[in-house]
Amino acid sequence: MSAIDNAASTAQADPQALRRESPWRRVAADFFSSRTAVFGLVLLAILVLAAIFAPLVTPQNPYDLMQLDVMDARLAPGAASGTGTYSYWLGTDGQGRDIFSGILYGLRISLTVGVGSALIAGIAGTLLGLLAAYAGGRVDSVIMRTVDLLLSFPSILVAMMILAFLGKGVLNVVLTLVILEWAYYARAARGQALVESRREYVEAARGQGISNWRIVVGHILPNCLPPLIVIGSLQVARAITLEATLSFLGLGVPVTEPSLGLLIANGYQFMLSDEYWISFFPGIALLVTVVAINLVGDRLRDVLNPRLQK
Amino acid sequence: MTVASRDNTVPTLEVRHLRTHFETRAGVLPAVDDVSFTVPRGRILGLVGESGSGKSVTGFSIMGLVDAPGRIVGGEILFQGRELTGMRPAELRQLQGNRIAMIFQDPMMTLNPVMRVDAQMIEAVRAHSAASHKQARELARDTLGMMGIPSPEERLRAYPHQLSGGMRQRVAIAIAMLHRPDLIIADEPTTALDVTIQAQILSEVQKLARQHGTALIWITHDLSVVAGLADEVAVMYAGRIVEQGPVDAVLDHPLHPYTAGLIGSLPSLNKRGQRLRQIPGMTPNLLTMPPGCAFAARCQRVSGACRQAPAITSPDTLRQVRCFHPGQPAVTAEFA
Repeated sequence: MSAIDNAASTAQADPQALRRESPWRRVAADFFSSRTAVFGLVLLAILVLAAIFAPLVTPQNPYDLMQLDVMDARLAPGAASGTGTYSYWLGTDGQGRDIFSGILYGLRISLTVGVGSALIAGIAGTLLGLLAAYAGGRVDSVIMRTVDLLLSFPSILVAMMILAFLGKGVLNVVLTLVILEWAYYARAARGQALVESRREYVEAARGQGISNWRIVVGHILPNCLPPLIVIGSLQVARAITLEATLSFLGLGVPVTEPSLGLLIANGYQFMLSDEYWISFFPGIALLVTVVAINLVGDRLRDVLNPRLQK
Repeated sequence: MTVASRDNTVPTLEVRHLRTHFETRAGVLPAVDDVSFTVPRGRILGLVGESGSGKSVTGFSIMGLVDAPGRIVGGEILFQGRELTGMRPAELRQLQGNRIAMIFQDPMMTLNPVMRVDAQMIEAVRAHSAASHKQARELARDTLGMMGIPSPEERLRAYPHQLSGGMRQRVAIAIAMLHRPDLIIADEPTTALDVTIQAQILSEVQKLARQHGTALIWITHDLSVVAGLADEVAVMYAGRIVEQGPVDAVLDHPLHPYTAGLIGSLPSLNKRGQRLRQIPGMTPNLLTMPPGCAFAARCQRVSGACRQAPAITSPDTLRQVRCFHPGQPAVTAEFA
């Protein structure tokens, strides 16, 4: 072995250093170098944890009618409860529900719907996009024209049509969002897969006699993931706002499982009678959630965009 | 392995009148036009030509990797006596990477950037054998060691971007060598490397060809590489082989004016201070090829006869040339 190569390789000889240098670790290191992104991630983590552990954190289960006291209805933020055991930090709504508890329970629904629909749409859209890129011809045309068709309608209109047909319900909202969103992933996955399948390593894999299925799933898909992850993170935020809009309009989740959007709608009628808190605080919660997700998503886009990499 | 491959009378690879055309919107592009050559067991053929001369497409055609709009429109490719064109994809996959392997031009691009070296090599091993994960990894490590890669165990755990260019190309060559193939097609694999690493890889590849009886097609535009490595050389111009023969004979006494021009334009042959020699003109556009000899427009020996396409002729048993005026200094000297 020549001295040149040995010299060139000593820097890489440390196995610890090798493991730290995997592509995903580099992305993680880049991600954490931005303070706003870390702030967004911490905020998001707090929100997610609060939503998951809502029953432990909140003073009241706002949907257990036994725990509600109608005498406490429409109390201002900071007022003590009728029993005096706790105070309503963010006030109460028209039925005497604690707004703070309502927000955390609502956040559960909103996050579940957002993440769930983004995940399902992401998987379905990616597979359809890969199929379109790989199969080509008529399959490609059918899938991509469907995508064009879906993307050419305003999403809120399509969503209202589907939900008017399906009826209210968390699952129906998720299904609607999946129908609306898979197209974004499919388009991105197809484009990326077409680019990647022209790369030499794919040609090399074909030259090694590796089967088409293994090449698509094992080689092309992992290289398509970065843009899809970015789309996914931003689509979660989009799904949450869209769901909030639909629920606000009374088409989304049922009253028994209120999301942030429905909470805002519930307080809407009191806005002009100075009882602003019923709508205001759920609105702030929605805003903070969406901003936190977008901060993370934006940084992911910067970190994963090959064009911005040095 | 078939019985035929052990039989020295059947060459490892025989290409007969291969024609690969690209049917583009602008017209049919004859990238490879009537190419024939033979590579016996353990021998190295240098395939030389400028960019766009069809040498890479020839390699891709043999590998069965020509994509639409490209298509093999004629000719035969016999691998150990078996016809490859028209073979079913599944059958062809049995040979690809196993008995026939290809090393690609760019070592930076042929490895998957998000897979570790071991994952890629193990996948390549297991595509053609029932080896366990552990056995496959051992084979991968041993093959890396054979390519002169220091501490192969650590290289296996690396991602491609952590390896230097020379290292990556050796990994790519090691992947091609995994199954001890009978034929390797190397498409300018050392072009991107510096000369010390190039020399090292060339000597290792040559050693492997001799030891394992692997037939090798080395595609390059670098005549000095061919001079040091190959047994035979075939010079391609505009999709056709214009001259073919034993490497020493062709390089010392080129018959075709294009070969002579290629050798003449090597800077090392120039005297200090002298203007570098070049072949005037450009390679013809394959879409609008004039009838007759493709090299005529740039040729110093051109005559009226060149309006016809020259056929392959054999001035002696070992050599072939496609020219009306082979091995002559100038056409005027002949007819004066």
